[in-house]
Amino acid sequence: MGRDAGRLSLFLLFTPFVLWIGLLIVLPQIGIGYVSLREKIGINEFSFGLKNYADFFNEPIYRNTLLRTAWISILVTALALVIGFPVAYYIAKIAKERSRAALFLMCLIPLWVSDLVRAYGWIVLLRETGVISTVLLRLGIISTPIEMLYNDVTVIIGLVYTVILFMIVPLVSTLQGMDDALLEAGYNLGGSRFTVFRRIIVPYAMPGIVAGCIITFMLTAGSYLTPVLLGGKNSSWFTEQIYNQFITRYNWEAGATFGVLLLLFTSLVVWAGLMLTGQSLATTVAKD
Amino acid sequence: MPSAPHLRWIYRAYVAIFFLYLIAPLIAAGAFAFNDSLFPSLPWRGFTLDWFFSPTEPKLGLLHDSRLLRGMGNSLYIGLLVAALAVAAGTSNAFLFERKQFPFKSTLYILMIVPLVIPGVILGISILVFASMIANFADRQLGLFVTWLRPGIPLIVLGQAAFLTTITSLVISARLKKFDISLEEAALNLGASKLRVLMTVTLPFLFPAIFSAFIVAFLVSFENFNTTLMLVGSDAPLTITMYDRMVKVGSTPVLNAVSVVLMLGSGLLALASVLVQRPSKSA
Amino acid sequence: MSNGAVRDDAPPSTATEGPAMYDLSCSRVTKKFGAFTAVSDVSLDIPSGSFFSILGPSGCGKTTLMRMIAGFETPSEGDIKIKGESVVAVPPNRRNVKMVFQHLALFPMMSVGENIAYGLRCRGESRAEIGKKVAGILDRVGLPGTTDKRIEQLSGGQKQRIAIARCMVLEPDVLLLDEPLGALDLKLREHMKIELKLLQHQFETTFLYITHDQSEALVMSDQVAVMNAGRFEQIGSPKALYDAPVSGFVAGFVGDANCLPGTIADMSGTEARVMLDDGGAVVGTVSDGSTVGDAVELFLRPEALSLRDGEDGMRVAGTVDSLLFNGANSRILVKIDTGQMIEVADPSHTAAMAEGDPVSVSWRPERARVFARRTR
Repeated sequence: MGRDAGRLSLFLLFTPFVLWIGLLIVLPQIGIGYVSLREKIGINEFSFGLKNYADFFNEPIYRNTLLRTAWISILVTALALVIGFPVAYYIAKIAKERSRAALFLMCLIPLWVSDLVRAYGWIVLLRETGVISTVLLRLGIISTPIEMLYNDVTVIIGLVYTVILFMIVPLVSTLQGMDDALLEAGYNLGGSRFTVFRRIIVPYAMPGIVAGCIITFMLTAGSYLTPVLLGGKNSSWFTEQIYNQFITRYNWEAGATFGVLLLLFTSLVVWAGLMLTGQSLATTVAKD
Repeated sequence: MPSAPHLRWIYRAYVAIFFLYLIAPLIAAGAFAFNDSLFPSLPWRGFTLDWFFSPTEPKLGLLHDSRLLRGMGNSLYIGLLVAALAVAAGTSNAFLFERKQFPFKSTLYILMIVPLVIPGVILGISILVFASMIANFADRQLGLFVTWLRPGIPLIVLGQAAFLTTITSLVISARLKKFDISLEEAALNLGASKLRVLMTVTLPFLFPAIFSAFIVAFLVSFENFNTTLMLVGSDAPLTITMYDRMVKVGSTPVLNAVSVVLMLGSGLLALASVLVQRPSKSA
Repeated sequence: MSNGAVRDDAPPSTATEGPAMYDLSCSRVTKKFGAFTAVSDVSLDIPSGSFFSILGPSGCGKTTLMRMIAGFETPSEGDIKIKGESVVAVPPNRRNVKMVFQHLALFPMMSVGENIAYGLRCRGESRAEIGKKVAGILDRVGLPGTTDKRIEQLSGGQKQRIAIARCMVLEPDVLLLDEPLGALDLKLREHMKIELKLLQHQFETTFLYITHDQSEALVMSDQVAVMNAGRFEQIGSPKALYDAPVSGFVAGFVGDANCLPGTIADMSGTEARVMLDDGGAVVGTVSDGSTVGDAVELFLRPEALSLRDGEDGMRVAGTVDSLLFNGANSRILVKIDTGQMIEVADPSHTAAMAEGDPVSVSWRPERARVFARRTR
């Protein structure tokens, strides 16, 4: 029970944490921040400044890509919430005990399937020679095969598909904790279906809604596969820009700048979301 | 709250359509692995297992496709390493945050969660940049070639472990929180040394969580794409190999066969982790 | 009570000569957590083979005291000796005191046999020896053949016995029990009280039992220490505590009592006339240093009261308010004319009474104890 033993074990437990957070998270983030501030003048010669950021804001293509990514991510998050909430409510409150577990598990199955397989599934379904086009052709609804890939609607459908489970799972676990008596009391006190929804269900589910929205938004804004595979060459997705700068053009300074901007932007949206709803990161994302 | 029957039917139909939407791409990806055709598309030309077993072109089956097999081997290797690392660090973090008191604990706890909300692509490039900075420094100042700091399997392992450690820490902490500290005191009281208490009482109690954290970490690592894409060297794991084939070569149903294997594999592993967690819940 | 504990009767003499040999003794033990004093200047000596209880309300410091004896806390001041040797510097896994935890703390991932063998394995005993001892102890606690059962297959009472067996197999100098009956339902608790007492007799080991339930302490113990706010109020046999409490706290905490607050009007010897706060005057015996003019409480055991006519001593008139039937523990609730309600346990009259009957309640002054009023 010695004090020294306590110190030693604290030190031993602290070491992996510091190595992990320090070497794999904090220093690398500082690293890209540093690279984003430098500018190549010659071989191994650099000057420092905000030129990379200035370049970004002066180039409409880059700017628009970020705006487009942001706009689609917010749209996808909203869609996922609107589409997912009734399903989560059904699983948590309406389904019978037995089918509830089965439905919840069914929700989780695609979670375990790689993004790649899921995107591939959509390609098989939607491309010109794909299942849907062929079936419609056979049925005589269309006369020539149609290409359903490589447009924004498809990208959005695919993104919603990819992330909606991360919306439903926290929603279900929050809604399951809600006592049915709350709803009955709401109706009993004369509430209409709408007021009960707005005054009781939504506030109660708020931590789940916030958690779901944060995760969904982060995953969408940071996604790569779905927009690139379903949107094709001209999907103008921000992570694709980062990849191009880094790997294709080998322009690390610009790539790091884009990376910092994406991180700042997503953090800003998450922070704003938390502030607006009065939640904190520890009570939402880390709950499960 | 009783509601009109037709409303209830509409609601049920909505949920049914939703699940159809969930499952359709998976079925599409899986079903065409068994179509006796050179393309993963209709018409249906009959059932075949060629895309798994055929040794000859043009229908080279998965089991004879050396690049895919090598990718699978790499993924397996990476996944096991990452899971082991993340579980070890996660267990240590769980004890740190559940058992110890230290200054700035709540700030550091937030820092522990943060990797979960950093986009994978950024995590990838930041580790790439940082590792290269160190490698360049070693090269220039010390004349050392640190190859493992260049894109390749070691960096992929580090990159994936960076965010998976958060997940394993949270899973194992949740279980440690439920641990009744008097069990440890009872063991001490019965004469066990501290190490023995840890090995015979605390870790066995944590085992279900450690096991499922391992499975989760392995699966997520196996399927990871974003972080890996930025760190990949010459030894590509399966997801990267598949992706290359999808965009560059054009897909043949062998990719569907891979999808089937992946879905089955992860389904079985997920089931295993659920089963291990279950009996412990009653205890 | 200010200074230490009062011992009403000397501990039963043991065979040892010279300085008495105690299995466990604490001298002037104090434990502070920051500014809060959990245990204050507590001394006790427990002779070999006795059943000793510490009785007190929750938060009185009894669990802290027990954790210091087991070694999970270190005393801020004072010394703890086991079999005459100081153990303050000995880590918990090297002390030969074993503990039955409040929620038993049986290891859920081990079988019954593995639980019991745990301590023996830590000692490094041989496999054959362990097997023999485990079977032996299971026989002694009346659960032979349960070695391979899982903990969750056992009933509450069986778990209790396994928790005791797990400690007793190590032949400890002292067995500590931290409210182990708290989690059981009432019927089983009554049964386990007797069983624990029998087990203690059988093993002839010193038991130190902690509880907030006065009936557990009274039924099982040879000696009871009543603890309040970190201090011992009184140490004595259950009978001594019940019949001759030394403070208002003990009188109120041990056994049932009617408590009438008032002020001492005059005294002769130890007999005092108390003016009750709600009106009226009664006579009782002052048992601490209270004197004329002090605010006091008068304690009356229900069974010290009589409804019979012609009884000498103190007498007050009243009416039967209600009958509280509870078999052998039936009571009569009497509203005395000055307004207070008192409970009377007078079995010979219970059957004959009806609500509203006029009665007179009498008691002998020496059975009504007067103490300085407790601070709230």
